[in-house]
Amino acid sequence: MNWIEIFRSGLSTGTVLLIASIGEILTERSGIQNLGVEGMMLVGAMAGFKIALQTGNVWLGLFAAVIAGGLLSLAHAVVTIHFQADQTVSGLSLTFLGTGLALVLGDGLTGQVAPVIPRASIPLLSQIPYLGPVAFTNHNLLVYFGYLLVPLTWYYINKTRPGLHLRAVGENPAAADTLGVNIYRTRYLYTFIGGCFAGLAGATISVAIAPGWYSNLTVNGQGWIAVALVIFAHWNPWRAALGGYLFGVLRRFTLDLQGPRMIFGLANPFFFNTNLVFFLQMAPYILTIIALVWGSSAARKKRIGSPSALGIPYQRGERGL
Amino acid sequence: MKIPYPVFLKRHEDTPKWLPVVTSVAAVLLAFIISGIILAATGANPFKVYSYFFKASFGSWGAFSDVIVKATPLLLIGLGCALAFKMRLWNIGAEGQFFVGAFMASAVVMVPLVNLDTTPRWAIISLMMVLGMAGGALYGLIPGILKAKLNINEVIITLMLNYIAVLWNNYWIFGAWSEAGFQMTKTFPRSAWLPRLADYAAKVPAFSGMTAHAGIFFGIIAAIIIYQIIYRSKWGYKITLIGDNPKAARYAGIDITRNTILVFMVSGALAGLAGMTEVSGVVHRLQERISTSYGFSGVIVAWLAKLNPFAVIVVSILFGALLVASREIQPSGISFLIQGITLFLVISSDVLLKYEIKWVRPTQETAQ
Repeated sequence: MNWIEIFRSGLSTGTVLLIASIGEILTERSGIQNLGVEGMMLVGAMAGFKIALQTGNVWLGLFAAVIAGGLLSLAHAVVTIHFQADQTVSGLSLTFLGTGLALVLGDGLTGQVAPVIPRASIPLLSQIPYLGPVAFTNHNLLVYFGYLLVPLTWYYINKTRPGLHLRAVGENPAAADTLGVNIYRTRYLYTFIGGCFAGLAGATISVAIAPGWYSNLTVNGQGWIAVALVIFAHWNPWRAALGGYLFGVLRRFTLDLQGPRMIFGLANPFFFNTNLVFFLQMAPYILTIIALVWGSSAARKKRIGSPSALGIPYQRGERGL
Repeated sequence: MKIPYPVFLKRHEDTPKWLPVVTSVAAVLLAFIISGIILAATGANPFKVYSYFFKASFGSWGAFSDVIVKATPLLLIGLGCALAFKMRLWNIGAEGQFFVGAFMASAVVMVPLVNLDTTPRWAIISLMMVLGMAGGALYGLIPGILKAKLNINEVIITLMLNYIAVLWNNYWIFGAWSEAGFQMTKTFPRSAWLPRLADYAAKVPAFSGMTAHAGIFFGIIAAIIIYQIIYRSKWGYKITLIGDNPKAARYAGIDITRNTILVFMVSGALAGLAGMTEVSGVVHRLQERISTSYGFSGVIVAWLAKLNPFAVIVVSILFGALLVASREIQPSGISFLIQGITLFLVISSDVLLKYEIKWVRPTQETAQ
């Protein structure tokens, strides 16, 4: 088993979860829970691939994916912010809507080949032993974007004025309102931004990590894992990065586990009984459940809660929290 | 309530009885119109698609029998969802509970748990029903406990369990239960089949070739029971109270933990029964793709029916028609699209149930 390759590929596939979770963290910090990440990612993956194919320009594809994810999220924003619909049901219908849209508009894309995001190595950093070949060699550019995204988002949320407003709106909208923060506008904005990130995450799959359009198998549940990661991450970008990359590594590890005859000096059961592969495929989903249980009990111990106003519609003048 | 728009929402004193029906019907119609526009944009002719839709689902008795076949699992799952949603428990795991129910029912034949040659048909079928329901209930127990004891988001847990259940079934049909290397079990013996209309073709020739099976009666009986539970029983009152106002329910001394687990189990049992009817009534073996995302469509069915068990019957037949028609239609995502748009419109229209919308002219506002 090639550990360098496992970790390298883990960072690359983990980028998808990382980008989607960071978008969802921003949305949830404003008090809106958007469970439609899976649908927005599918639309992003479809739009990114389709536009890259049609224009021959992968960057235009990426841009289209971002806009497509953002536009779709506005449906959720209108329904939950203005119509005060239940955010769970709305998020769920967004997944349906996104899946349907992506399948209808992506009809006939399967099997085509579109341009992909270029790869690059970072000079000097790629020379570091172990870390260099794992993290800085021959990755697609979005992986490096992911590295930058984590500290930037953390800084934005915790150290800047708009970040303060964002947290205030999610924790105590009534107080934020009295200070002159526009609750509706803030929530619309961050729902939109979350959608943009989800769209980007989808395109990260279809034009960079596993290029191509394979109908709804393109995303295959990663949107839901990203939502779970947000809870595991306690709404903190650093922990989201940790969780995302860890999932990426485990994904690749379970794939590679089927290769060798012997593993750690023992006969490898996954080599001799190919049907056991179904249990390996369960691993990400079981891990998600474990991460959720672990994450939420740790949060309870440390008294870290979800944003206080998460899931509660804001009505000016009515008694809130 | 004021929102930054020239409209004014006034809470309804009393929602008129006809309003939910009107908004639901309007939502479905509007969903078809919007999907038609999207279809037209992709180059298809929406009128052709829709007239084909109608012919493929209601064009003949045979087609309608197919609709009933598709409506059966939707009805059972929709009822389970309606009960859970009444308590604001988001059981999105019907898909997984359906697969586990199908697996447990198949185990009766595949292990086999009873002697299939000597045991009477009613006993085999009853055992399959009981095990199917037990499987679904146990699979619903997992998110039930996690939700009740640890307050973990049940949407994500149930979704993850869906993927796990499908893989679990794959393990058996690719491996130990595989028939000659195909990804399916052997065909069940006749004694494990639910009675179908076609079985009575000797007496009623018109029934020949009709595949509608007894499962629909389970669905209708379940609808009556769930209706009695929600609207006529003390337990239903507790469920509704917890859903509407958990704080008040807690002050009233209602055990929320226990009810959460119970409702999840009943909801799962219904989905498990749906899985049983599918293997015993339709495909007569365990195989891949026994569900065309019934679990998710069931969610929409329940919501569109406004959680009313009898309305679930009507809506599941409509959605059964949608599934039958969309089997042969391209592009394949069109039924998802219509379902998604419908659900969105339904939840948006809920605002009309709660509020009257009044337009306010800016001059009026300044005058106030």
